[in-house]
Amino acid sequence: MSASVQSLVSQPYKYGFTTDIETDAIARGLSEDVVRMISAKKNEPEFMLEFRLRAYRKWLTMAEPIWPNVSYPPIDYQNIVYYSAPKTQAKKLGSLDEVDPTLLDTFEKLGIPLSEQKRLANVAVDAIFDSVSVATTFKDKLAESGVIFCSISEALQEHPELVEKYLGTVVPIGDNYFAALNSAVFSDGSFVYIPKDTQCPMDLSTYFRINNGDSGQFERTLIVAESGSSVTYLEGCTAPMYDSNQLHAAIVELVAMDDATINYSTVQNWFAGDENGKGGIYNFVTKRGLCSGKNSKISWTQVETGSAITWKYPSCVLVGDNSVGEFYSVALTNNYQQADTGTKMVHVGKNTKSTIISKGISAAKSKNSYRGLVKIGPKAQGARNYSQCDSMLIGDTSSANTFPYIQVQNSTAQVEHEASTSKIGEDQLFYFAQRGISPEDAVSMIISGFCRDVFNKLPMEFAAEADKLLALKLENTVG
Amino acid sequence: MINDNSDIILSVRNLHASVDGTEIIKGLNLEVRAGEIHAIMGLNGSGKSTFSKVLAGHPDYEVTAGEMVFKGQDVLALDPHDRATAGIFLAFQYPLEIPGVSNRDFLRVAYNAHRKARGDEEIDVFDFDDLIEEKLDVVKMEASFLDRSVNEGFSGGEKKRNEILQMALLEPTLAILDETDSGLDIDALKTVAGGVNQLANPDNAVVLITHYQRLLDYIVPDYVHVMADGRIITTGGKDLAKQLESRGYEWVLEEFRAGVTA
Repeated sequence: MSASVQSLVSQPYKYGFTTDIETDAIARGLSEDVVRMISAKKNEPEFMLEFRLRAYRKWLTMAEPIWPNVSYPPIDYQNIVYYSAPKTQAKKLGSLDEVDPTLLDTFEKLGIPLSEQKRLANVAVDAIFDSVSVATTFKDKLAESGVIFCSISEALQEHPELVEKYLGTVVPIGDNYFAALNSAVFSDGSFVYIPKDTQCPMDLSTYFRINNGDSGQFERTLIVAESGSSVTYLEGCTAPMYDSNQLHAAIVELVAMDDATINYSTVQNWFAGDENGKGGIYNFVTKRGLCSGKNSKISWTQVETGSAITWKYPSCVLVGDNSVGEFYSVALTNNYQQADTGTKMVHVGKNTKSTIISKGISAAKSKNSYRGLVKIGPKAQGARNYSQCDSMLIGDTSSANTFPYIQVQNSTAQVEHEASTSKIGEDQLFYFAQRGISPEDAVSMIISGFCRDVFNKLPMEFAAEADKLLALKLENTVG
Repeated sequence: MINDNSDIILSVRNLHASVDGTEIIKGLNLEVRAGEIHAIMGLNGSGKSTFSKVLAGHPDYEVTAGEMVFKGQDVLALDPHDRATAGIFLAFQYPLEIPGVSNRDFLRVAYNAHRKARGDEEIDVFDFDDLIEEKLDVVKMEASFLDRSVNEGFSGGEKKRNEILQMALLEPTLAILDETDSGLDIDALKTVAGGVNQLANPDNAVVLITHYQRLLDYIVPDYVHVMADGRIITTGGKDLAKQLESRGYEWVLEEFRAGVTA
């Protein structure tokens, strides 16, 4: 493949700026004292400290997973700052007007206006900067319908019983190495509670920003949808460009009761490292949803374009009879990016259904793997799964892999798996060119066509953003 | 419609082109004027299709000598997509399938790229839909074709008709049809030929690349060229095609060899 095709998929990262702000950060390194310090800084209830310490002790006994199809130098966990917060955020704020203007500016530059007059009309936003939540919009309006949407730190103060009841029930503290680490040191994240029979009146959204070059980000999101309720949740992420790697190890837990629906969408655009593979975020994330009630539904949609390394398998545990799990994913890798991503659909209840649509696009020297597990338990009478994994290669130095694992323990189950690999080649671009369409436009049409099944699942605000993001990623910078 | 006074659209002089270092086009000369229909015939491997790709700018081919001038512009100085918007159209022998991109979007983006190149405003989805409805009649295609992915799952005949639909939409000054007749049944051939005839006018020109006289019963050429070994070795009127049909190519090649050695 010629250099010209390659250059089409490279573009500078436009969220790479750093905000100059005084921070309250603790010293590098991890120990039981650090865990206690984090808990104390957040003035947490006793159960939370116990939870953290159990997780920390568990983590010490575990080893980093080596099975993903990614490679990176060993991470020095003692060289990471586990807590970093803007100083001005130290005390609890009465209203948004008290938020440090530097922070408001930062989010505005990222396209997430938080101030009253400019905020997004139909989306409530929780904005997280390094280790803490700086602001949550539309809280009062949501409270009118009984919806709780706040940072998890605030939830620990205001609704400790809810957090205690659900935290760690979907992703146990010892689930995996990074989950144990997160459970020990998580600093902030979002908490959502939708009461019985309530349709959340607006989309909820969290925007994550890593600013400190030495800190890790360990956020924790917990969403509980009571019987008959529904919510749509969006998540976006960016980070400045540093030539070192930052660790991001998050956990998202979703719980859906009878007849509840949770739609969770992510547009992940962490800094991916430069064209030589220097710098970038290590994105090791555990996301799992529990369809605990009958007829419940959890749908994950993700557009993964950033991070040096992505290790992420948003999953659904389908316990309730007739419950539904969905996973729609686009993962784009360029330069030296490595992604090992996919999903797990665990069918426990009767007549449970799951759908997996995964689209991987790899360019330059990147590595893009789909890894997915479909497990049908012995009691999952009539369970059904449909999986489709498509890979597209741009150029001939990138790689795409598909690792589907299928375990079926019930003979009435139906499991389908389809996979395809295609390549944007010179002949395709020539066909477009012969009709007057430039290679830039051709690549972006082919890619958005390839991703259409997934983009159609994104909420409106995000679909436009995702399309724009991919188009930007594919913009020709060489000319 | 031979008219020596009309404008020269395309002038190819002493063209040489190679792929991976192997020369395929070896000194080709061709002049096409407005209002003319040319047919290029020849055996497999004579360089007919290669010539069409070189003219359109396929990146696999390298022009090593000679010149191509299209409406006064140096073709070699233009990128492939600029050659297209300048008015050179190639109907592909094997149109590619583009999964996920709807025919309607593809056609609209192509059409707007042409408008933009001319300095015209791009047209919106609604105006485009009205326009494309008219063009569908030219090739007798159903509107449902527009909502399928470009060429995906199309039969051979449907793909060829889709090429002519694009030609009808883009209204090129010079259309090269690379074996558009191959693999068509007689009804599809008539439809395609009817479309081409409808589009031919005194201001544009058509070059047909074909193996068979059959197509030329429906699209009558002003000139018939025979290609061999990377160049045009003889040129005649429409009767030449009939002679080739009945007598084969050997006599032409022999006459050419005799001429070369004489």
